Amino acid sequence: MADQLEHGQLSQMIRRATEEVFTTMLGVALKADEAHFEQSPPANFDGVVSFIGLAGAWAGTGSLCCSSKLACSLSSSFLMTELTVVDEQVLDAIGELTNMIIGNVKNEVEEYLGPMGLSIPTVIYGRNFGARSLGHDAWTVVPFWSGADRLDVKICLAPKERAAHEHGTRAREFILP
Amino acid sequence: MPLDLLIVDDSAAIRKILQRVLHQAEVPLGTVYEAGDGVEALAILKEKTVQLIFSDINMPNMDGIQFLTQLKANEAWKQVPVVMITTEGSQAKVLEAAQLGASGYLKKPFTPDQIKDKIVGLI
Repeated sequence: MADQLEHGQLSQMIRRATEEVFTTMLGVALKADEAHFEQSPPANFDGVVSFIGLAGAWAGTGSLCCSSKLACSLSSSFLMTELTVVDEQVLDAIGELTNMIIGNVKNEVEEYLGPMGLSIPTVIYGRNFGARSLGHDAWTVVPFWSGADRLDVKICLAPKERAAHEHGTRAREFILP
Repeated sequence: MPLDLLIVDDSAAIRKILQRVLHQAEVPLGTVYEAGDGVEALAILKEKTVQLIFSDINMPNMDGIQFLTQLKANEAWKQVPVVMITTEGSQAKVLEAAQLGASGYLKKPFTPDQIKDKIVGLI
């Protein structure tokens, strides 16, 4: 087992997992765009964001984000029913898509970084909000296009000792005067 | 003969999709019971009889492995075949489920043909 993973390898894993899920479960072909790093997610976001935790010798977070319109469209394809507003069905569908995509990425990542657990997904919907995970590592982001609408699938991973140290440092910054 | 079955998954979307996929695979369905976790599933089994169970692994309250363990420890339920349907793909998890008595293991995402192949020998 290797103990590191390159950005290019991770972005290819994200691409494979996303394409497999969308082709198999939705019958939708997304167009992948060039992968990139993202240090801080956008501060003012409108739409749907999901998060799912990864934990093992390496720890981090996987995420999907897209507009409300695309979330409704993807959920409609997933459930084969017309959904035009973000409701419980849409949030649940996006959560499950996150679970499947990041879960399948995890299965490949484990061959390099060791066993990992996967949390239950959390899905957030709203307007003009920001979301971030603690830590200083960059996210590997793979954008996908469905027509003119964009879905970002992203993962941030760090060795647990380094992640714990950074979290501890940031906690101390908050607590100490 | 129509099958009464239990689907255990914390995602309502997956529970709905699985029923649709079973229809597409031409599995004869009777009553389909749904549970969001192992606790709900055991409560249903105390009242209802099923011929087949599909269960996810990662669920809140009681996960699929804990549910499978309790199911197989109960004389009334241990003969009911259980197919695990999950994103967990590690050999360790597959082996653990098999050792606990799972009759099949299927990774998400899945197709109707994959579902049909898994349950052909169980119904």
